[in-house]
Amino acid sequence: MSTTALPELEPTKPVRAPAAGTPVPARRKAVPRALLAGGALVALVLLLPLAFLILEAVQDGWSTLHPLLLRSLTATLLWNTVSLTAVVTVLCAVIGTLTAWFIERTDLPGRKVWAVLVVVPVGIPDFVTSFGWKSIFPSLGGFWAAALVMTLAVYPLVYLPVAAVLRSADPAQEEVARSLGLGRVRTFCRVTLAQVRVAVLGGCVLVALVMLAEYGAFEILGFRTFTTEIYTEFLSGFDAPAACALSLVLVVLSIFVLTGEGLSRGRGRQSRAGGLAARVPRPHRLGRSRLPVLAGFLALAALALGVPVGAIVYWILHGGASTLPSVSILSAAGHTVFYSAAAGLLATLAAMPIAILSVRHPGRATGMLERSTYLVLALPGLVIALALTFFSERYAAGFLYQSTAMLIVAYAIMFFPLALVAVRASVAQAPPGLEEVARSLGRPRLEVLWRLTLPLVAPGLAAAFCLVFLEAVTELTATLVLIPTGAQTLATQFWAFQSNISYGQAAPYAGLMILIAAIPSYVLGRWFDRLPSRAQAAA
Amino acid sequence: MVQERCSSPTGATRRLCLLGLALVALSCLLAACGGSSSRSITLYNGQHEQTTDALVARFEKLTGISVSVRSDDEDVLASQIEAEGSNSPADVIYTENSPALEYLQNKGLLAPVAPTALAHTPARYNSPQGDWVGVSARVSVLIYNTRLLKPSQLPTSVMQLADPEWRGKLAFAAGETDFQPIVTSVARTYGQAAALHWLDALKTNAGSHIYPDNETITDEVNRGQAAIGVINQYYWYRERAQVGAANMHSKIAYFAPRDPGYVIDVSGAGILKSSKHQADAQKFLAFVVSRQGQEIIAHSDSFEYPIASGVHTAQPETPFADLRPNPIGVAALGDGATAISLLQKAQLL
Repeated sequence: MSTTALPELEPTKPVRAPAAGTPVPARRKAVPRALLAGGALVALVLLLPLAFLILEAVQDGWSTLHPLLLRSLTATLLWNTVSLTAVVTVLCAVIGTLTAWFIERTDLPGRKVWAVLVVVPVGIPDFVTSFGWKSIFPSLGGFWAAALVMTLAVYPLVYLPVAAVLRSADPAQEEVARSLGLGRVRTFCRVTLAQVRVAVLGGCVLVALVMLAEYGAFEILGFRTFTTEIYTEFLSGFDAPAACALSLVLVVLSIFVLTGEGLSRGRGRQSRAGGLAARVPRPHRLGRSRLPVLAGFLALAALALGVPVGAIVYWILHGGASTLPSVSILSAAGHTVFYSAAAGLLATLAAMPIAILSVRHPGRATGMLERSTYLVLALPGLVIALALTFFSERYAAGFLYQSTAMLIVAYAIMFFPLALVAVRASVAQAPPGLEEVARSLGRPRLEVLWRLTLPLVAPGLAAAFCLVFLEAVTELTATLVLIPTGAQTLATQFWAFQSNISYGQAAPYAGLMILIAAIPSYVLGRWFDRLPSRAQAAA
Repeated sequence: MVQERCSSPTGATRRLCLLGLALVALSCLLAACGGSSSRSITLYNGQHEQTTDALVARFEKLTGISVSVRSDDEDVLASQIEAEGSNSPADVIYTENSPALEYLQNKGLLAPVAPTALAHTPARYNSPQGDWVGVSARVSVLIYNTRLLKPSQLPTSVMQLADPEWRGKLAFAAGETDFQPIVTSVARTYGQAAALHWLDALKTNAGSHIYPDNETITDEVNRGQAAIGVINQYYWYRERAQVGAANMHSKIAYFAPRDPGYVIDVSGAGILKSSKHQADAQKFLAFVVSRQGQEIIAHSDSFEYPIASGVHTAQPETPFADLRPNPIGVAALGDGATAISLLQKAQLL
């Protein structure tokens, strides 16, 4: 909708002119086979958990699943899950988009600091945020508590892609709109929102899917959703059929989410004139609204950062003794960093073929391919771990089971959609014309990818790595099943102490998790900050 | 251009990719080299780490056999072992409650325990088939907040917790494996229909105080968030060890003798049929039920009752011999399927 009214660099026309009388094919290019093969392989691995659920369901049969699915608890859980997901997604869309716009496009004081501070909450495990709130307000619980805590924990998933797009989007469009007499609010609504629409939707999908799979936070807050129930079924009766049946409902819910996003994404395409050089936009002046906006940012930071961090500091200072044996926090931190970094890289690499296919070769098949890979985000970590166990034991005699490699693959599968959203957003911003020019100049495809496409999408790759890293640092339930025996991560140790109500002992682990997560959040913020000037220097 | 490559996104991205490949290669290497050395066994530990760590440390010192411990919830471990099948890396499974072991035994996944080890524990706390051995025991009790309730107000039967007077005051953990033996006990005493009716009432009375585990019940009752709850006795002693006696605003109370809510839960251990270290695994089982192993449990912060080799707890708890539980055995508690089905019918699971 945006691109029709606004100037845009048209892609180079295909060299082959269509024969007279035949309809012009709509920019249909041959899909490179290697790319397709890579994308298909990635999608295949990502669909393993779904295959596992279907195999289990078929094995159990409808007569087993029927009484487990069609009962009043399912309706309660469905309502809890859907209403909470909807509320949190909307809240995150509003907070994420507004914070990104204020930081990237206005003269908000201290925007470099805010750019880091608003991202850090994504690195605070959801269960640490809820632990913080719960330990300060013990009677906290129920729907609105869950909505509040989750919004504060996951709104950066909208902020990050939106900020990335605003950072690299052409400010000229806004300036033109303003110079043509459009007011600030209407410019925001008609130009800026149009520019970031795809990113907002992508972020919302992530939020919705993460909400569907969330476990720890709801467990602490005592709010029952499909995912907490899936765990309860597993934890209290090795009831795999029931857990798999409920997981399939989650899959159906996530298909709804993805279809909704697909329908509303539309065909708009964003790229910019002026090649690689992002121009530093002239910031909007906030004027008299500066103080209220600043107060809003302070309130957000106090709620999203202050409460969990404050609770951690409090418990470190005031925690009592624990009957649990102590373990090495450094070894746990080492494992956490190593597993998460490897998963971040693996997921980012794997996201490239799918992102390029879906952006450069849009079509029904590639669209399906891309969207199918999002399903995995809505699946609880435990289900993904059990799926990998299933395939390893059933078809590979336990190959790599409980190995470092398998845990990393599990993380990469779980958080692949996060990588994909970030990579896709930046691929969508890179003008295909440049690649086509390079190809027409006779450069081999790989070289074009390496020397042109990669640098163009670099910020997206960094964002993808950081997002996966941040989420993997906090992963708990798949870790417990797949981690090499004897190893611990910060999350598994935090959970062991937290479940034992040893808050004083749990707090340092939560604190270290936040510190580790703060580094990529900081890098993420700085990267976006320096990108335009650097690109300009290089141009 | 050339000098700028390192600082430009191009260079950074390439380095990122190379680093990625290196890390992935390294991780594969690590996985391949992760083989075990000399004599070692893998223990799937569903017991509290408080209990297991001290036992493992002493066993390693005594025998030179190293033990890799994998801790998780007992039912996740049981599901895992089932999924792993004949390739399971586990040699020994040690659980908090007997149903997980009964479940694995019924699936034919456990090997018989050596009769000499079984002989250390009274037969009624072992698997009737001899595929797992009882190691320690706990007893279900009431916990109540001393500021909110007087001892004279307490119920004497678990069935009374269904009375309307406990609405908004009761806390319990429906999803906790420790609760299932009580449900089984009630169902065997009064029948399934009555048990379901009782569960429905409990659910109503607890309202939002249906907690994920016994630790939470203990803490919430202690802080007065709920007035009364059902737990296993040792959670209360652990809470006291952690927060200090001065901060305890709760006490435990026993049900009337032989009440269906007054249940002994047995924690036990078994050896996997698929284990390639049968002899060393048998040694571990023999150790945990030996006098030495039981003395560790008797003095540990887990506050469980030792039940083998004639050892008594050294902790200030009601002596095990003085308990008057419902005489329901481990065989009757079974694998918990009845309890799970009832909990599902009550929409608690």
